[in-house]
Amino acid sequence: MDFATLLQVLDSTVRLATPLLLACLAGLFSERAGIFDIGLEGKMLAAAFFSAAIAAITGDVWMGLGAGILASLALSVLHGLASITFRGNQLISGVAINFLAAGLTVLIAQDWFSQGGRTPSLIGAGRFEPIILPGAAEFAGVPLIGPIYAELISGHSILVYVAFAMVPLTWWLLYRTRFGLRLRAVGEAPEAVDTAGVSVVGLRFVAVGICGILCGVAGAYLATALQAGFVKDMTAGRGFIALAALIFAKWRPWYALYACLLFGLLQAVALRYQNIDLGAFVVPVQFMDALPYILTVVILAGFVGKAIPPRAGGEPYVKER
Amino acid sequence: MNTAVAAPETDPLLASVPPAIQLKGISKAFGPVQANKNISISVKPGTIHGIIGENGAGKSTLMSILYGFYKADSGQIFINGKETQIPDSQAAIKAGIGMVFQHFKLVQNFTVLENVILGAEDGPLLRPSLNKARGVLKQLAEEYELNVDPDAIIENLSVGHQQRVEILKALYRQADILILDEPTGVLTPAEADHLFRILDNLRKEGKTIILITHKLREIMDATDTVSVMRRGEMTATVKTAETSPERLAEMMVGRKVLLQVDKKPAEPGKPVLEVENLRLTDEKGVERLKGISLNVLAGEILGIAGVAGNGQSELLEVLGGYANATGTIRVNGQEIDLTGKHSDGQSRRARGIAHVPEDRHREGLIMPFTAWENTVFGYHRDPKIQSGMLMDNAAIKAEAAAKMERFDVRPPNPKLAARNFSGGNQQKIVLAREIERNPDILLVGQPTRGVDIGAIEFIHQQIIRLRDEGKAILLVSVELDEIFSLSDRIAVMFDGQIMGERIPSETNEKELGLLMAGITDTAHAKMPASPMAMSEEEVQEAAEIEADAQAESELTPEVPQDAEAPSETEVKLTTTDAGAEVAPVEAQVDETAPDIRTDAAPDISADDETKTEAPAAADIASPTMPHEEPMTFSTDPVDVETPPAKTEAISLGSLSATLTQSTPERPKSPDTKSDPIKDPEEGGKDG
Repeated sequence: MDFATLLQVLDSTVRLATPLLLACLAGLFSERAGIFDIGLEGKMLAAAFFSAAIAAITGDVWMGLGAGILASLALSVLHGLASITFRGNQLISGVAINFLAAGLTVLIAQDWFSQGGRTPSLIGAGRFEPIILPGAAEFAGVPLIGPIYAELISGHSILVYVAFAMVPLTWWLLYRTRFGLRLRAVGEAPEAVDTAGVSVVGLRFVAVGICGILCGVAGAYLATALQAGFVKDMTAGRGFIALAALIFAKWRPWYALYACLLFGLLQAVALRYQNIDLGAFVVPVQFMDALPYILTVVILAGFVGKAIPPRAGGEPYVKER
Repeated sequence: MNTAVAAPETDPLLASVPPAIQLKGISKAFGPVQANKNISISVKPGTIHGIIGENGAGKSTLMSILYGFYKADSGQIFINGKETQIPDSQAAIKAGIGMVFQHFKLVQNFTVLENVILGAEDGPLLRPSLNKARGVLKQLAEEYELNVDPDAIIENLSVGHQQRVEILKALYRQADILILDEPTGVLTPAEADHLFRILDNLRKEGKTIILITHKLREIMDATDTVSVMRRGEMTATVKTAETSPERLAEMMVGRKVLLQVDKKPAEPGKPVLEVENLRLTDEKGVERLKGISLNVLAGEILGIAGVAGNGQSELLEVLGGYANATGTIRVNGQEIDLTGKHSDGQSRRARGIAHVPEDRHREGLIMPFTAWENTVFGYHRDPKIQSGMLMDNAAIKAEAAAKMERFDVRPPNPKLAARNFSGGNQQKIVLAREIERNPDILLVGQPTRGVDIGAIEFIHQQIIRLRDEGKAILLVSVELDEIFSLSDRIAVMFDGQIMGERIPSETNEKELGLLMAGITDTAHAKMPASPMAMSEEEVQEAAEIEADAQAESELTPEVPQDAEAPSETEVKLTTTDAGAEVAPVEAQVDETAPDIRTDAAPDISADDETKTEAPAAADIASPTMPHEEPMTFSTDPVDVETPPAKTEAISLGSLSATLTQSTPERPKSPDTKSDPIKDPEEGGKDG
């Protein structure tokens, strides 16, 4: 594998890791506040569809992004109502959201566009275009650093940079601000927050809301930046891989970045090397496609070690003396 | 916000000062259950006011109303003479009320500082708040002996320290009124002592403290006034000095309570349970049992004393068949399997070992299952209750109903889920299951933890009855009172080892306390002329250092070299004069808690003195108890004069009783079985 190929794989890693990272951080906010969210997948899917649909209709990708975020946020509020206000089971609520999104997106897509459950291909301003960072062309000639800058760092859509910027921002929010302190506390010991005179319900809704917004960005990125348009089930389990990455990262932002990059790399490799000829035996493409998922299971089963989720995670808060 | 108290020296006796808290006609119902009925109470500022009552008497509900957790159906709350609405915790905090809950409301993986500022931050960024809190905490620590490492993670702290964090939280929010709900339930005696010292300091600063407890001794030792609650009603409010534990117990329960264990001298027979060199290393590689050897004879109760976490639980688990260990265990002379198929609980039961586990919620009962189902667990393969391939449920139910009747389980309804019974009745169900199968050996762990006074009486009687039937009983309890009142022999465990065995009549709580702290040579260096020569402070210190050491490695107490050394030297310094004793060790104690840790020590050394100096003796005895003796029952030294040879029960005399009776020269005569019941102060009034 030469340097150029390596760069291409890494470049592809960054692009594929971005939706995972956004979803993973989304889950981080929610779960750190004690609300388990397996509906990341559904929220991304809904956001992907609505962003693509609105972008296709208006021709403005920013409108699309907004629509995607709103759609995801709406599902978040639903999840919040079910699991915070009505103290329902968070897993069931999440599953319901996944089903709802999977069915509704295709149904509405068919109704609106009659293209077999997909949106029209996005063109021009309907898509997020790559941003060429200043100096990329000039530096390209510099050995080693030049290509890395030009290929790997430059030339991604704005949402990629947003996603990566979210990592330090999330870290800072969690560990350096009052909001972060309370957020982490409400996921660990809501009774401590409550007796301190802070609203548990309010905090959790805010967390779930942030989760919805980030999922919305993740979904919009899938449909309007990574690809050009929505196709049925286009999230392809990314929400669940993001959850796996979250566990792998033990609910910490920087580790979430590393975990998502790892999963992104696996996907990039699978995309790049479809058929590997081992001489006597050709590894089938299906295996390569399944590889990221298989490795997800292997990593989670074998390498995570002791992952301690937020202690109050999954438990509706009931006031007791 | 210097909680660090610019509180003026409020004179509690000033008539003009309005009550810190006044409740008028508070009522609260949960559905059909009237938790609080028309409760009125008035608490003077700068005092410690006790509220005592059995579980479910409505104490916690009342305090939850005061802290804004519940809203009263009717009634008024006055804080410092001003009517105040407390709809939520925030309002309570604003009104200057701080609450230390029985189950701490702390974020386990946060630091102390983070917990303290949570909800009381100064701005959106943490750093300034943290810095400020660090300063305030330092000041509070100096002022009230509230020392906690501000950067420690809560889960690494001992329970006692966690409680201090809770108090710090309240003080940081400038609370003037502090409510403590069953604060000593989870503390070691040393920690409890420290807590009461802190409370006393707070009182001196003019803070008002409400102490909710069901432990009579704490009330007697620490409070100025006491209110008794029973079934949602406030039955009486009296000055502590003008009442007695018996009187309080009667008001609590609504009938006369026998605060003593009646038992005949034991008639021990042959060894039934023999344990040799039992060793257990847990999954973390920590050695929990380091070669335990002991015998339990037929017809005797061997009490295992020790601070929780020194291997007692593991010992019970091994004997009960759910932990693997190496060594030898013989039952009636026959070795039993320690590993493999025949080492489980069922096999143990088949060999005649019945087990009342320490934690009835986790190990003793399946809470959502009915009482009748719970009465057969462990014995469910008994042929008597089989009917072909199925279980004979009708027979089990009938048997369960009969058992519940005999054990006075209330309500006597076998179809009720275990969790719907009160703690005492749950324990009776477990006891009924284990005792009624006529075992040779009964293992009992913490038989009265979380059990009401009335039930304690019954449970103790049952254990004694079983002993008198010639069974061998191994009793593990952290309530030293209980150990003293039930045991015929006492073995003290520390750090996975037996530190020594004592006959109850020949030892005292001080000596046991030292053993529990791992200090073995009490016989020589420690107990010079009289047992009283040990300053309580020293014992206390040793115990505390030890407790602190434990905090680090929760359950694995290190052999406390550090604890041993100082306490030893200190002991040598001491004289029999109490004042002199206290001085070198911890000078500030004198001023911090004079009423609790009185200087009456020398008085106690003589029997006759105690009689006259009774209150003082009682005072001193309890809060100073080094390790064990978790302040369960208050001592009334009335019958303290009981001479050592007397075999009658001594009732509450507990500490003072044991102190006075113990013979100073520490006799070693092993044949004291004839009078083993010398100091059976009624133990473990734990509710």
